Amino acid sequence: MIRLSNISKTFRAHTVLDNLSLDIASDDRVALIGSNGAGKTTLIRCLMGQYVHEGLAEIDGISPRHERTKVLSDIGFVPQLPPPLKMPVFELIHFSAGVCNASPDHMIELTERMGLDYSEVKTKPFNRLSGGQKQKILVAIALGRETKLLILDEPTANLDPTARQILFELLSERIDRPILISSHRLEEVSSLVNRVIEMDRGRIVLDDRVSDMVDGAALQKSTLVLTRPNDAFAKAIGEWNFTSDATELQWKGEVAAPDRLRFLGTLSRYAGVLASVQIEAVQEVQKGKRQ
Amino acid sequence: MNTMRLDFKGSQRQADETGLSANDLLLTARLDVAESLRAKWFLLYSLVFGGIITSLFIFGLADSRIMGFTGLSRMLVTYIQLSMAILPIFVLITTVRSLAGDREAGVFEYMLSLPVSLKAWYWGRFIGRFAVVFIPVFAAMLLGSLYGVLKGADLPWREFALYTGMLVSLAICFLGIGFLISSMTRATDIAQGAAFFIWLLLLLFLDLILLGLMIQEQAPTGLVVIIALLNPLQAFRAGAMMIFDPQLIMLGPSAYIILDNLGYAGYLAWALFYPALLGLVLGTLGYLIFRRGDLP
Repeated sequence: MIRLSNISKTFRAHTVLDNLSLDIASDDRVALIGSNGAGKTTLIRCLMGQYVHEGLAEIDGISPRHERTKVLSDIGFVPQLPPPLKMPVFELIHFSAGVCNASPDHMIELTERMGLDYSEVKTKPFNRLSGGQKQKILVAIALGRETKLLILDEPTANLDPTARQILFELLSERIDRPILISSHRLEEVSSLVNRVIEMDRGRIVLDDRVSDMVDGAALQKSTLVLTRPNDAFAKAIGEWNFTSDATELQWKGEVAAPDRLRFLGTLSRYAGVLASVQIEAVQEVQKGKRQ
Repeated sequence: MNTMRLDFKGSQRQADETGLSANDLLLTARLDVAESLRAKWFLLYSLVFGGIITSLFIFGLADSRIMGFTGLSRMLVTYIQLSMAILPIFVLITTVRSLAGDREAGVFEYMLSLPVSLKAWYWGRFIGRFAVVFIPVFAAMLLGSLYGVLKGADLPWREFALYTGMLVSLAICFLGIGFLISSMTRATDIAQGAAFFIWLLLLLFLDLILLGLMIQEQAPTGLVVIIALLNPLQAFRAGAMMIFDPQLIMLGPSAYIILDNLGYAGYLAWALFYPALLGLVLGTLGYLIFRRGDLP
């Protein structure tokens, strides 16, 4: 679906993307991670036809640079930094809906679902809203129209926990469609993705396809040891059907291999109480026992 | 791996980069008009032109008789000369500030992630901005003239129509220059500096300043004429003079060169169409540069 071939981008002798090649299939849900300056946003801009670059960028065989309206009409985008638009919110929504041939009503409905009182903000200048309010509106615009690919550049940066949760609910409703999420926090987006691409200084340093690495039907046995009992952890791990001993310090259970990333994402929230984590393939364990 | 293929052919879109969606063009133009109407510069701009007209009436210019011009003719002549001094710098500075400023602030990154063609985005803003800069100047002139008619003066329709055409042409010219500068520069400060420099340069080559000096210093006549013809401010100024002074007496000996080479109708046509044509050419050049480079 997406093909980036030998992409290089240089700003005044500073190479931001360095001969990068990447293929993203139509069933890939990609987390793009990396430190600041790794080249994530530049990669996204090249992908959306906003930058001139060396190499080839195509989405389903179409160049986003040369046929941008065709390509962009099927891409929902949320930028890392909300633009400082002075126009009122209703004007932004109606303009976006107008150029996307979409209905503003659905976008408005989504702003409400994200926890924003549309009637209160609709006449306010967009740049006067709080960071979270701006982000909710941009998310609503991106998700409130028919798109085939979502590109989200740090979409949760300004969102409160509730709005973040709603965003993930909205994204999980369209889990059958490809998504590219740039984020600093892998644990946060882990439940939504099946592929992790890490960038560093303009290159891809890790490309972890969860589905390739594990058998979809396989189970992984996990043993977790806590430093002290913790109610929140007990509730969260209970949802994974883990059981504990009487001390509630040791928890055991099995995780479906494709859920491994999401499971690790859950664990990362409780790093402070985790003493040890063991994960091993069930088949391997059974083979070991037979020997 | 799933082999499902999503049809990524922009099914919702009819227009692409080879065409121009009228809907997108109008939406972008409307957006620019709305943005400008909210801006403080627009309020100041409207007040300046409204103030000029009001001042002309308050100071009784419409009733005065100077060099044989009376009533509304005199008022229009003064208004058009003042417009020539104010309109270009207003158009240049506000255009480059908003376009380069938007790009610098990251507005382009988001707005151009929407499926609007670059052609519709660029020319939509051009059209919107034209409406915003032209309407206050025209409205002030129109209201002033109507007020004069209500007071019993005769409205010189021919002059009024020609001045309107020349104002359209001047506005397009400086919009084209402003859009070109905005496409070429990435920083607002540099864009503003370049706009101011160009305005000063054009002012310098007006008949009263450098051209007068060149004639005095016996510079080649052809060179002086070419500079005068190519300077859109000079074309506008001499054209505006010609409307009420067909022999260009006020221009001095240069008038002979103009009238001998181009004639009355020829120079009037030049003054009416050359600035607009220049603006469109420079605007198109700006579009080509804008389309070719990094967008945000």
